[in-house]
Amino acid sequence: MRRFEYLRVASINQAIERLSDEPGAKLLAGGTNLVDLMKYDVATPTTIIDINDLPLREISETSDGGLRIGALATNSDVAFHPVVENRYPLLASAILAGASAQLRNVATVAGNLLQRTRCSYFYDVMTPCNKRTPGTGCPARNGLNRNHAILGASQDCVATHPSDMCVALAAIGTMIIVQGPNGARSISLADFHRLPGDTPEQDTTLQNNEIILGIELTPAPEFQRYSYLKIRDRLSYAFALVSAAALLTIDDGVISTAHVALGGVAHKPWRDTAAEVVLVGRPASRGNFDQFASMLLLRSDALSENGFKIELARRTVVRALEQAASRTPQSQSDKHIH
Amino acid sequence: MDRGPAITGKSIPRIDGPLKVRGQAKYAAEYEVPDLLHAAIVSASIAKGRVISIDSADAKSFPGVVAVLTHQNRPWFWPFSFLYKDPAGPPGQPFRPLYNDRVHFSGQPVALVVGDTYEAARDAAALVRVSYHREQHSTDLAAEVSRAYKSPRRRLGLAPTPQPTGDADRAFSEAPVKVEATYTTAAENHHPMELFATTVEWGDKTVTVYDKTQSPKSVEIFLKVAFRLFRRKVRVVSSFVGGAFGLGLRPQQSVFLAVLAAKALKRSIRLVIPRDQMFALGYRANSIQTVSLGADKNGHLLAVRHRAIAATSRNEDAQDPMLNFSASLYRCHNVKLAYELAKLDTVSPCDMRAPGAATGMFALECAMDELAYATNVDPLVLRLANYTERDQSENRPFSSKALRECYAQGAERFGWAKRSHAPRSMRKGKELVGWGMATGVWEAAMSPVPARAKVRLLADGRFEVTSSITDIGTGTYTILTQIAADALEASIERVVVKLGDSALPFNPIQGGSWTAATSGSAVQAACNKLKKKILSRAKQAGIVGNGQSTELLSPAALADLLRLSDHDNLSATATIINFPFGKKYTGATHSAVFAEVRIDEELAVVRVTRLVCAVAAGRILNPATARSQIIGASVMGIGKALYEDAATDHNLGRCMAHSFADYHIPSNADVYEIEVLFAEETDDKVSPIGVKGVGEIGSVAVAPAIANAIFHATGQRIRDLPITIDRLARSRD
Repeated sequence: MRRFEYLRVASINQAIERLSDEPGAKLLAGGTNLVDLMKYDVATPTTIIDINDLPLREISETSDGGLRIGALATNSDVAFHPVVENRYPLLASAILAGASAQLRNVATVAGNLLQRTRCSYFYDVMTPCNKRTPGTGCPARNGLNRNHAILGASQDCVATHPSDMCVALAAIGTMIIVQGPNGARSISLADFHRLPGDTPEQDTTLQNNEIILGIELTPAPEFQRYSYLKIRDRLSYAFALVSAAALLTIDDGVISTAHVALGGVAHKPWRDTAAEVVLVGRPASRGNFDQFASMLLLRSDALSENGFKIELARRTVVRALEQAASRTPQSQSDKHIH
Repeated sequence: MDRGPAITGKSIPRIDGPLKVRGQAKYAAEYEVPDLLHAAIVSASIAKGRVISIDSADAKSFPGVVAVLTHQNRPWFWPFSFLYKDPAGPPGQPFRPLYNDRVHFSGQPVALVVGDTYEAARDAAALVRVSYHREQHSTDLAAEVSRAYKSPRRRLGLAPTPQPTGDADRAFSEAPVKVEATYTTAAENHHPMELFATTVEWGDKTVTVYDKTQSPKSVEIFLKVAFRLFRRKVRVVSSFVGGAFGLGLRPQQSVFLAVLAAKALKRSIRLVIPRDQMFALGYRANSIQTVSLGADKNGHLLAVRHRAIAATSRNEDAQDPMLNFSASLYRCHNVKLAYELAKLDTVSPCDMRAPGAATGMFALECAMDELAYATNVDPLVLRLANYTERDQSENRPFSSKALRECYAQGAERFGWAKRSHAPRSMRKGKELVGWGMATGVWEAAMSPVPARAKVRLLADGRFEVTSSITDIGTGTYTILTQIAADALEASIERVVVKLGDSALPFNPIQGGSWTAATSGSAVQAACNKLKKKILSRAKQAGIVGNGQSTELLSPAALADLLRLSDHDNLSATATIINFPFGKKYTGATHSAVFAEVRIDEELAVVRVTRLVCAVAAGRILNPATARSQIIGASVMGIGKALYEDAATDHNLGRCMAHSFADYHIPSNADVYEIEVLFAEETDDKVSPIGVKGVGEIGSVAVAPAIANAIFHATGQRIRDLPITIDRLARSRD
């Protein structure tokens, strides 16, 4: 841990000003990831700007039938909010698939969006890592990579995004509302997280002096079918090897909308809307799910140890779609996969 | 044998439970000592080479930092490595932190930062810059197989790997049915919940060391010799130990560095090893094993060959009884065993719960399952067909062996009779169901080193029992209280047990499952002695009562006695020297473990939905704490089977597990039903109190039972631990 200054801000503008003035400053919300990273010397902020006093906890319905969730709403607040439980059960389920009750009680929506990879090289300052220290190399590429990316990786970085919540947000369709010195803007979730390319140190398109105010979920269609299926190395309290968030609307056995996102496979929640089109207008059958899953993984690429994730991802997508179609979403308390 | 009025044998709740739940049980890092300094380790990033320079200027100028100790400025200590030997250490040169510029393993301490506060020490440790000259390292056991060797020197106290009997090569080649396969097990870390920690209270005359250890006495002797503390009184206190699993058998890096710094600075020091650095303290050796079984068509064993290659460090030949049970568990006249080591650039491996047995028996018991399928014999029937009443490796009977009862009771409880033999023949919904079983065995021995205990009548009529043995969470406080209460015909409220202090009567290390038998026998002997003394003093004092000992030991009678006699003398000390077992019997605990797994057929997600563990361990002093031992060991067995892997990046020569996010142990969700049965086993030979010990036996058979259940469910024989989803997927595709 490095010494830092601590500043508790009373206004959004004060936070933005400090971020603009001090490139080494970082925002603190729940702290479940940032404080860990500081203890391991991976994050070395010069100032911690505590934003927990800011009025960003509200969860409210928008006029068009969507839902706005404040940046500081905790994961638990969101998962157990009646509107989320009723209209966005996929989001509730994904949140409950992650971490532990204790962590979810303090971890926030914005913090979840910004959490960093759990790649063990990234976490170990005694090893090279392009994401942590650009230009030092990526030992995972030829090292321990059984849980690294199979999609969208680069020569410089094969890390994955660890969030469960973001996978559901990707499937639902979400805008991230941010504010900077020049005012507010919205970024779609698809454009918020980025692929590593040759700048893996940048996880997102958020600017250094911008703050997340909240997220907006697109209006949820009635009677949608869903499932969040997370496959991991043990049955609880582990990051995903592969996870799939599936949302389906089915009329008379025919799929009218299909949204599918994958977690644990890439530097960002992975969604391919072009592939989803294939499902629309076709029966909700295993054959169609199989075909779609194969398309989704067409551009996947294995490292030395993670080839199994390609077939596992394919099967996970199929099962999640089956669970959604049959209205038997995966339970996050009973670990039995139906 | 005096069985007393039987408080022993009852499920008495832990005596130390209330202290622990109230936070009043003090652990090594919790003692308040005046003017305490705090230390933090700077560890090596390379696996092999030399430290060229250490730039500690920034760390030294950091506010609150008192000193930065390195191999260059440390106080003098002995250059002779034999002076750093400890009773649990293997042959070789013990690792000495900050000895010289050599780096032996990644994560090795290369500097120690000492500060006024924990935060100052930790934060400044991040500012120390170390440059290295790297040398070619090797951390990959598979790459070192060709350099495997039989250790020329045997570890003190370790029984030798049994000599060959018959002609196993020939018997195998001529056997009608042959099974031969290679198995691997991963390196595992112990990770007790309590971090390794030492608080040193440095005084001119006395050095008190609060240490997390399984042996306060050997730490005391080690410190006196290694740091030449002969002119000071050294006292090592470990009143409570939050688990250790073998990692605390030897004086750890924490106590070495803390005392080194205390001596250098003549100050009191605390050092806590954080979780990430705990990975560099020791590990269960990973192994590569080949088992060849020859049998007749009915599965009767004709030949057993078992070769194991286990990891060790460059500086020591770490050894454990990996193959010591392969010759004696089943009846077979042609046995050949080879236990070899391969040197790696790692810290020395060390004992971890059921050391050796948990590794060797995994391979043997999976091979037995393979034989069951090669001969089309039910796995339990196969084991009964090869049952032996004698230890054929030593050609002598067992002091007792209720393994047959374990098989019968475990099978009954589990419902084994309803199993269909064919792989993939049982399923429920989308899941394949598998039932597997395995046999467990562990040595039941008393410590080869004598144990002492003292018991004293207190002025208030209670009895105080003292012993240097630690309670590492197993329930030692409780069982010793029960033993004393029975011997002294007193209620447990009238017995006060004090443990874990090198100033108390000498006891050997707490390990090998021998504590209950050894320290328990010493306590019983001391109590019997005191009882005799009290009865004779009562007689002298004319206290007669109704003539019954119970009445003479009652609080009222003792109050009379205390009034009439000098109570200072009312104490007794007893020493137990290894029970005269001679060479007539083999002592062993046994278990039969039955496992049910359910595996999603497509996704290969494994759930261990049921475990039944039937254990024969002689007399059970406390079914509640004994059951906890077996359940805890079974959870470790699930971890060994499915999750635990201290994975090393061989390019960097570095273990890349740094936390419980990287190093998976079972979570609550991974543990379903675990049932524990104790088979009745009376044994008047194994120890004076008929006890065999239950610390290790629970860890032996769980992993092979699960691996065999996975085969039964899927038809896939995974011979590499842990059985992760990728291994199942690869074997399937």
